[in-house]
Amino acid sequence: MHSNSFHCSLSLSLYSSTMDRAHSRRHVASMKQSLFDQGYLDEQFIQLEELQDEANPNFVEEIVTLYYRDSSRLISNLENTLERKPLDFNKLDTIMHQFKGSSSSIGAKKVKAECTLFREYCSAGNAEGCRRSFQQMKKEYAALRKKLETYFHLARQAGPLETAFRPK
Amino acid sequence: MASQLHVLAVDDSLVDRKVIERLLKISSCKVTVVESGTRALQYLGLDGDDASLRFDTVKVNLIMTDYSMPGMTGYELLKKIKESSVFREIPVVIMSSENVLTRIDRCLEEGAEDFLLKPVTLSDVRRLKDFIVKGKVKEGEKISRKRMRSIDCSSPLSATCSPKSLPCDPSPSLLSTLSAKKARL
Repeated sequence: MHSNSFHCSLSLSLYSSTMDRAHSRRHVASMKQSLFDQGYLDEQFIQLEELQDEANPNFVEEIVTLYYRDSSRLISNLENTLERKPLDFNKLDTIMHQFKGSSSSIGAKKVKAECTLFREYCSAGNAEGCRRSFQQMKKEYAALRKKLETYFHLARQAGPLETAFRPK
Repeated sequence: MASQLHVLAVDDSLVDRKVIERLLKISSCKVTVVESGTRALQYLGLDGDDASLRFDTVKVNLIMTDYSMPGMTGYELLKKIKESSVFREIPVVIMSSENVLTRIDRCLEEGAEDFLLKPVTLSDVRRLKDFIVKGKVKEGEKISRKRMRSIDCSSPLSATCSPKSLPCDPSPSLLSTLSAKKARL
């Protein structure tokens, strides 16, 4: 009788944490889907996820962290360069080329599109266009960053997909 | 079996360096990553004295370089490598985020093996690796044919080897690689 109820409560707790984990994973999957549906991310993000394995389970998050570091530097650089008069469009274009490159490498679709637009304004020597586009790009970058931070947090909580709950 | 392919990757972007390194490691290549053309030349020993005089030249099977880099561009690096008697045979692949036909043509004319649009994918790297390995196999067959010839000049080669294209013909895999890449662009 005693051992029966022990087994019952053990299997109930196994059941509930399995359900929690399954629920978390569904949540992560649906968040990822919406990031794609809303155009924040493109195929390149999936390519990066495919490079993860047991030995490198957080590769994408590591790359994205490097991207944030790089982006802060480049955005700051752009801000300084946009303050100069007259504008040095060549320099602006060079910096934005770098930012576009790294954004493309992590699959940051909307950010990349804003970078392209900015560079078009540079080619046209359109200062107002550059400034507007820069503000828009910063917004997109901030939005993406916020979403990715949530996404990685959820993904860490859900745990790696391969690790099923192991009964004792 | 043969030792690992050693790839030298050159890119000024930190993010791209990390990605290419991972792509190559996953493809079982030994990887050396540097951040500039200057560093690449230093690594190869081409920055100072004539490399052919060195006894300890580094062994690299493939060089992958970004095109747009501050200081020395990937194109300039390509030229320097092709000018070197020691390293000119090493395949050099250019990577670029920009699909500019004149740029691509210029690089291919200068001797680049291939031109990859960024972001570079795992299938790009696998295809490259297969191409390099085939090249090594052909090289090995060439050497063993030479040995066979020197051992016995009288017996016809066709008795033991199946007919292969002459070494001076452009290899079919290279042509299909290039035309496939151009077609993709």
